[in-house]
Amino acid sequence: MKYVLILGAGSDIARPLAFLYAKHGYNIYLASRSYDQLVRDAHDISLRFKVDAQAFKFDAADVASHQSFYDSLPYKPIGVITLAGALGDQKQSEQKFTDAKNVIDVNYTGLVSIIHIIAADFEQRREGFIVGVSSVAGERGRKSNYVYASAKAGFTTFLSGLRNRLHSAGVQVMTVHPGFVRTKMIEGRTTPGIITASAEDVARDIFKAQQLGKDFVYSKWFWRFIMMAFTMIPESIAKKLDLK
Amino acid sequence: MKVTGWGNYPVVEATVHTPSTIDDVKKIISSTDELIARGLGRSYGDSSLNHTILSTLRLNHILAFDEQTGTLTCEAGVSLAEILDAFVPRGWFLPVTPGTKYVTVGGAVASDIHGKNHHVSGSFSNHVHSFKMLLGDGTIVVCSRTENVDLFWATCGGMGLTGVILEATFSLIKIETAYIRQRVIKARNIDEALDYFEENQHWTYSVAWIDCLAKGDSLGRSALILGEHATKDEVGYKYRDPLKIDRPFSASVPFFFPDFVLNTYTIQVFNMVRYASYFSRDSFVEYEPFFYPLDMILDWNKIYGKRGFTQYQFVIPKKSSAEGLKTILKRISESGEGSFLAVLKLFGKQEGILSFPQEGYTLALDFPLTQKSMNLFTELDEIITHFGGRLYLTKDVRMKKEIFEKGYENLPRFMEIKRRHDPQKKFLSLQSRRIGIV
Repeated sequence: MKYVLILGAGSDIARPLAFLYAKHGYNIYLASRSYDQLVRDAHDISLRFKVDAQAFKFDAADVASHQSFYDSLPYKPIGVITLAGALGDQKQSEQKFTDAKNVIDVNYTGLVSIIHIIAADFEQRREGFIVGVSSVAGERGRKSNYVYASAKAGFTTFLSGLRNRLHSAGVQVMTVHPGFVRTKMIEGRTTPGIITASAEDVARDIFKAQQLGKDFVYSKWFWRFIMMAFTMIPESIAKKLDLK
Repeated sequence: MKVTGWGNYPVVEATVHTPSTIDDVKKIISSTDELIARGLGRSYGDSSLNHTILSTLRLNHILAFDEQTGTLTCEAGVSLAEILDAFVPRGWFLPVTPGTKYVTVGGAVASDIHGKNHHVSGSFSNHVHSFKMLLGDGTIVVCSRTENVDLFWATCGGMGLTGVILEATFSLIKIETAYIRQRVIKARNIDEALDYFEENQHWTYSVAWIDCLAKGDSLGRSALILGEHATKDEVGYKYRDPLKIDRPFSASVPFFFPDFVLNTYTIQVFNMVRYASYFSRDSFVEYEPFFYPLDMILDWNKIYGKRGFTQYQFVIPKKSSAEGLKTILKRISESGEGSFLAVLKLFGKQEGILSFPQEGYTLALDFPLTQKSMNLFTELDEIITHFGGRLYLTKDVRMKKEIFEKGYENLPRFMEIKRRHDPQKKFLSLQSRRIGIV
């Protein structure tokens, strides 16, 4: 009865990722705010792979509900993958703090809340894996999305600390840094085709790395080198660049 | 964004909507004057092209499956590849499959696709119980052999011109293994090939690869490939779980080949090597290489270069098949315009109003799009019309209205149904305009 819990299951990466776990015999919990969509997704997964798949309502920003959400799961999961997050609107975030706070909550604060609840359970059971999907955007601030990016930076650092804490309990904590992914999140924007991955590519990278027990993975792999170069640019020069 | 069919010609600038709920589909239809639905874009020409396109790729959920009867209900954007992935390991197979598994269920209905078993099992629509579609006025209707019957038969093979197919219910067939018992018979010329087809009609799957550059006594020399789903007893002792096979290797063509790569000489050599590589014998093969040899190379369409290519596929009624095929093969081999792929197949009877198959022989030929090949097609059109045949809309990119009208004798009935259910003329494609369905 192994269950994998996917938080932010409304993300385009969630379905192909759930397919991979279900194909390998895991049962699936899908959780996000878009409950109706998830019910269809869960039914589809159970028909395709003959596993149990269930949908739950989950709002990363509604931290008061997190404990009861986790307690409501019929069986405790063996692993959790969080895809929750939202780009928000940088301009709005600059002008209205409530907008900025919402971006920070869904990308960082809310995840600290739910992951700590799950981590406590895994730590006690001395098993499990936690996969946090952060972003390459968190590695350097840019004027076009730095509120989102700073929340992701916080999340990445949170995960590395958590990894350190849970190592002795035998719990795997893996950080994922995707680059451009062809999803709803960036619909309408133009991204360079050759370095833009599909949601399926990213799902495959996450599944493979998690099963291999990795700590950190870039998706696609070449983002490691792109970010290495990008973060090497001195701040005195970076501040003058028109970083979109 | 730029959109094109499998033949890479024409390329059009289009607004593509990719709704994930039926409500969104409704909104898009009510706010658009004219559009065409599109799945995985494997039709060769301009059937799935218009300036506004409704992609069904996010409507891709499986909705119900009956383990007893094999009846499957799914949304239009589910691909045949996904169905195979999920159901072959559980002992079910597609009732009809084309030469690629990368087509959607919506496309399968709209093109009323056929496979190597047409002479036995008919086309895809023969296995469809019902489907749900959205009409131009925003209403959702269920169509079957007993409900909205005229829309059912106009939509099977109707190229998406009657509305948007949302979901379909159809039967899968039971299989014991994922293997095919295959027999290869070599035919020295077209007469022999047709004789072998007639003699082997009891085989579920049959198809012939023709070397269309062969001349004289060898005109139409070919390798006939027959197949049956292998039973457990036949292969069981060799494999622990005969329904599971390893994921086959797949490569992809990373860029467009220069136009000159495929020319008469390279095609001639390729066809000679292939003809020689077939041996008349029986063997067991996995279903993927049997049904989808070209799917092993993703984006193989790029080998034709940026000029694009087309597949010229026609059917000629049985009574004049032999004469018609000979005339056409002769004309092709004289022209020196070799076809990289040439596939011959026997069709049975067919019902859909615009469905392509009719009792007789169909030949599919791939050609790069050049002025020379276009001229050849115009000549071939005349021969085919003369023998009472027709061209396949799903492959077509250049047929004239007159040729289309001569080939599809049920067109007036289709137009009557379309006008009744789509009075605003919302569902049109570049192809439909070209051939006069407006």
